[in-house]
Amino acid sequence: MNTAASERSFAEYLKNLSENHSPLDFMLVWDHLDRFIDGTLLTLEITVLALCLGGALAVPLAISRAYAKPIINVPVWCFTYVFRGTPLLVQIYLVYYGLAQFEMVRESFLWDPFLSKAYWCALLVFTLNTAAYTTEILRGAIETTPRGEVEAARACGMTAATMMRRIVLPSAFRRALPAYSNEVIFMLHSSVVLSTITLQDILGVGRWLNGRYYLAYEGFITAMLFYMVLVFVISRIFRLWEKHWMAHLRPRKSS
Amino acid sequence: MDSIWAYRMLLLEGTAVTVQLALGSLLLAVLLGLLGALAKLNGSPVAKAVANAYTTLVRGVPDLVLMMLLFYGGQQLVNDLGAATGLWDYVEINQFTAGIVSIGFVFGAYMTETFRGAILAIPKGQLEAGIAVGMTGPLMFRRIIWPQMVRFALPGFTNNWLVLLKATALVSVIGLHDLVANASTAGRSIREPFTFMFAVLIIYLILTAVSDVGLRWLERRYNADVRAS
Repeated sequence: MNTAASERSFAEYLKNLSENHSPLDFMLVWDHLDRFIDGTLLTLEITVLALCLGGALAVPLAISRAYAKPIINVPVWCFTYVFRGTPLLVQIYLVYYGLAQFEMVRESFLWDPFLSKAYWCALLVFTLNTAAYTTEILRGAIETTPRGEVEAARACGMTAATMMRRIVLPSAFRRALPAYSNEVIFMLHSSVVLSTITLQDILGVGRWLNGRYYLAYEGFITAMLFYMVLVFVISRIFRLWEKHWMAHLRPRKSS
Repeated sequence: MDSIWAYRMLLLEGTAVTVQLALGSLLLAVLLGLLGALAKLNGSPVAKAVANAYTTLVRGVPDLVLMMLLFYGGQQLVNDLGAATGLWDYVEINQFTAGIVSIGFVFGAYMTETFRGAILAIPKGQLEAGIAVGMTGPLMFRRIIWPQMVRFALPGFTNNWLVLLKATALVSVIGLHDLVANASTAGRSIREPFTFMFAVLIIYLILTAVSDVGLRWLERRYNADVRAS
């Protein structure tokens, strides 16, 4: 009862504001807020899934970039070079619009459930894209492992696998964290290309709203605010993580 | 391959648009970046606040959103202002301008951070020495700050430029006939979308590789007087 009353008064306030005082129609945004929330969920879903899959893919790739012989290193380098050197939009167009050119693809068992769907194409491309960037970030971190740590691990008689698991990767992950937080934010930023392949992410909803009511600002400004909140939350989370995982590296406070 | 050859002019025109757009927005971004860095380092509190708000806003919002806001909203705003003040009639902002302004605006914020870091990396003693020998502000900028700032800023600048170049692909979404848009058109019309998008991929790779080589050469030049460690 109480919440209903306050909600109505907020809606009335919004309506009054939109009709009489503001060039923006807040009421319209308020009415379609559920769509924006669905859009946020889609943006987050694809971004987070791609980051998890791409991150998992990046670990072995980074290790092979850092240690392996040229025969493995060169193809991995080609992979990261191509994905880092071209726009995500082009990659996604290539897969979503391009693959249909080949009859072989259209008749394969993957076509109907996956490759003809915008969602799966986007997930595939996003995963490979973030895997390429993360590989290079991780490789840099692995290569800057302090020599002493590696020598100590060898002196203890660790096998290469144990050393990787206990010494090199944990410290490399820590060193990669600041750069990786940037990559996560960039990934969120790049996820706007979802709206160009018919998916209703945050920007997609904004474009839909503007198109439907013939507006210029409302949808985009709302989308902007949603993205800002997401970026703010993500950078907060990463700052907390950095504090937690790098606690032993911070200079001690004088007491 | 034949089809690409047949449409080579369309692709070349698109590449030209993309490169012009990238260079134009780079110019704007460098200007905004220098202004932002100077404002952050020794501007008034108001200038500092504006510069901080600018970089925070851009870091928080994807470039395509800003681009669309500027292209559709900016158009409306200019015309509303014109109608309200009666100073000008209907103005049409073309996509090229909107593209340059929005990409330049976005990357100006990243340049601000790069330049700020680079200026901060210059040892304070050198500026004090400059003041001590009686250099004026502009002279000090030209002789002491600029050569070293370029050296410290180049790695970040290279990175920003490569990201900017890739960001230009987004202008096809607001209807500019750049490389991506032209290739999609050609690909759709003869039903070979993959071939044409692949060509775009290769062209972008060439562009990034060329700028990589060029900027590395510049880096070596500006580091000529620094001992290799």
